[in-house]
Amino acid sequence: MQVTSMFFKKTASMKLDDPVLQESLRKFKGKFVDARARAVAEVDAWETVRSHAARLRDHAIENLDAYLVEFERNATRRGATVHWAETAEEACEIVVGIAKANGVRKVTKSKSMVSEEINLNERLEAVGVQVVETDLGEYILQLANEPPSHIVAPAVHKTKEQVADLFVAAHHKPRLTDIAAMTREAREALREHFLTADMGISGSNFVIAETGTTLTVTNEGNADLVTTVPRIHCVITGIEKVIPTLEDFATLIRLLPRSATGQSIANYLTLTTGVKAPGETDGPEQMHIVLVDAGRTKFVGTDMQAMLRCIRCGACMNHCPVYQNVGGHAYGWVYPGPMGSVLTPTYVGIENAGDLPNAATFCGECAVVCPVKIPLPDLMRKLREKQFDRKLRPWGERLGLAAWSYAARRPSLYAALTKFAARFAAFLGGKERLIHRLPGLDGWTKGRDMPAPEGRTFRELYGERQRRKASSADERR
Amino acid sequence: MKVGLFVTCLVDLVRPSVGFATLKLLEEAGCEVVVPETQTCCGQPGYNSGAREVAMDLARKVLAEFRDCDYVVAPSGSCSGQVKAHYVEDLFHDSPERPEFEKLAAKWYELSDFLVNVLKVESVPRKFASPVTYHDSCSGLRELGVKMQPRYLLQMAGAPIHEMAECEKCCGFGGTFSVKLGDIATRMAANKVANARASGAKAIVGGDLGCLLNIEGRLRREGDLETQVLHFAEVLAGGSDDDQGERRPPQINADKRR
Ligand code: SF4
Repeated sequence: MQVTSMFFKKTASMKLDDPVLQESLRKFKGKFVDARARAVAEVDAWETVRSHAARLRDHAIENLDAYLVEFERNATRRGATVHWAETAEEACEIVVGIAKANGVRKVTKSKSMVSEEINLNERLEAVGVQVVETDLGEYILQLANEPPSHIVAPAVHKTKEQVADLFVAAHHKPRLTDIAAMTREAREALREHFLTADMGISGSNFVIAETGTTLTVTNEGNADLVTTVPRIHCVITGIEKVIPTLEDFATLIRLLPRSATGQSIANYLTLTTGVKAPGETDGPEQMHIVLVDAGRTKFVGTDMQAMLRCIRCGACMNHCPVYQNVGGHAYGWVYPGPMGSVLTPTYVGIENAGDLPNAATFCGECAVVCPVKIPLPDLMRKLREKQFDRKLRPWGERLGLAAWSYAARRPSLYAALTKFAARFAAFLGGKERLIHRLPGLDGWTKGRDMPAPEGRTFRELYGERQRRKASSADERR
Repeated sequence: MKVGLFVTCLVDLVRPSVGFATLKLLEEAGCEVVVPETQTCCGQPGYNSGAREVAMDLARKVLAEFRDCDYVVAPSGSCSGQVKAHYVEDLFHDSPERPEFEKLAAKWYELSDFLVNVLKVESVPRKFASPVTYHDSCSGLRELGVKMQPRYLLQMAGAPIHEMAECEKCCGFGGTFSVKLGDIATRMAANKVANARASGAKAIVGGDLGCLLNIEGRLRREGDLETQVLHFAEVLAGGSDDDQGERRPPQINADKRR
């Protein structure tokens, strides 16, 4: 996916004025948030589970090499082939290679954000492989030729009406607007693909070292058909997804669906270990697991490492007031919301994602809800520090910051400047005591007035009060 | 008990009456209040813009200014969060200066928290009869657990509280965010204003001047000249010191509005 994060600010402003998107966002807004709150309340020791999960993810990341090798050993023992891809390019080459070597003509896919990261569909299509997304949301987006705008509910920006139009164009059937009926129609269309695909591609929510297992968490059951029906199953996943044991999975699965959609448990947990064994009736003949780095090791050993704990639940974006108002596309790459504002600059380079670390008020909601306790605002601040050190922000902003820094450390100068500023701004406010336009602060005054200062600083007034007190004390003496 | 008042840069510049209201609340509760003259800012604007060094310098300055106070009180959850959470856990995390900052953090209180949990006040100087709605500012709420304290005090003043929908949602201020990403900030403020107005309250009350300016700015731009936007200290103690006139509401000719 092309990175357009540099234009966050501009795109976000456009999204604010897009009535269709705003309608979708308005409908979406409370849904996952309320459901999550209810689901979390069911768990007695939610905070304890969170802390435990954060620790276990940290432990896995700190021993990434050992657990990945253990995973490879166990997966291989069960007949899977493990591939290591350092870059997005390598990952694509591996998958394309597998497809070519096996004469694959059609691929069914369940949802995989890593495949979005590396543009896998395009690459497969370029060599003549038909790719069919089978997650309903992803299927809709494939018809619309659009990227996802949410990591769990990828088509959340689309209205029912837009989807109905897409279905008419794709299925050549009468227009439906009942969601259940539309879903049925999509399922029917997908059914044939499930049965005729040569290869299934899935992501993996976690990979389990001790058993060599990959797994998907879905609500539609499409991943079961993708992973078991075709003769080849290809898993594509990030290296940071590894966890040591099945027991750890049991911990994390208490958190994941609750945080993501507010479900106590997702409809389908599909655990796949190895190929069809002799005597078994189903399962793929070949299983390939592509472990993708593509920027992940850049986090290891840095002050950004906590980000690798992420279990892709989407809670941070669901709760983010910025995401809630602008939606996912404004973020300009695969991962939106607070987690995207941390991941994107690190994956694609901070110079290509300038606005993202600043796309937050630091309200802290994301950090409060993140099931693995990633301090997202702190990580964004660290990115801002990098921008500051590398002078990546616009000059006007840097100049303002420099002036403020100089003055704030010099109390007498500061007192003089604020004394002047308070008077001047009060004058600008006029009788209304409101400033409607302030050059240099149009960002504020475009949509809001600026309540004018009272006219004198607290420092001045307090100084006078103290002097008056002192003199009246003198008089009394 | 010697209490240092950290006025905050915004109150100093924009609305000194909040500072005087704070002073009055503390003095009437029997505190000996000192206001170090050299104070400027807690450093948060620089800190959140990536200018770590400046933030550390200003933190040291704050530390020195309030060294001999038993307590420090600020009419802001945001500045208090900066001192109590970020000085210690981030800026001086592995520094030899850390213990000093831990001491500062331990004696530092957000105003409502101090009144309720340290001074344990049972009355406030002023009555306020109009219904109010309370906006929970993010840092106070999430970094310091300020939630019931201001409401408790408002009730002491006799103010009926009409809770608005999403009272814990960010208003869009976010310091420099409010200017850098002004369109988004404006939309967030508009959401806040809509919720506040739907509550039927006559005054929107909060504990951080930044948020209040943002909310009031949007409210006035939308043409609402009636609803008051107040710091809770102003509600509890009046918007004035004996030296100061009551804070006037804006005088606006509605026809002139854009
Ligand atoms: S950062 Fe946390 S809240 Fe956001 S998607 Fe990852 S795990 Fe979920």
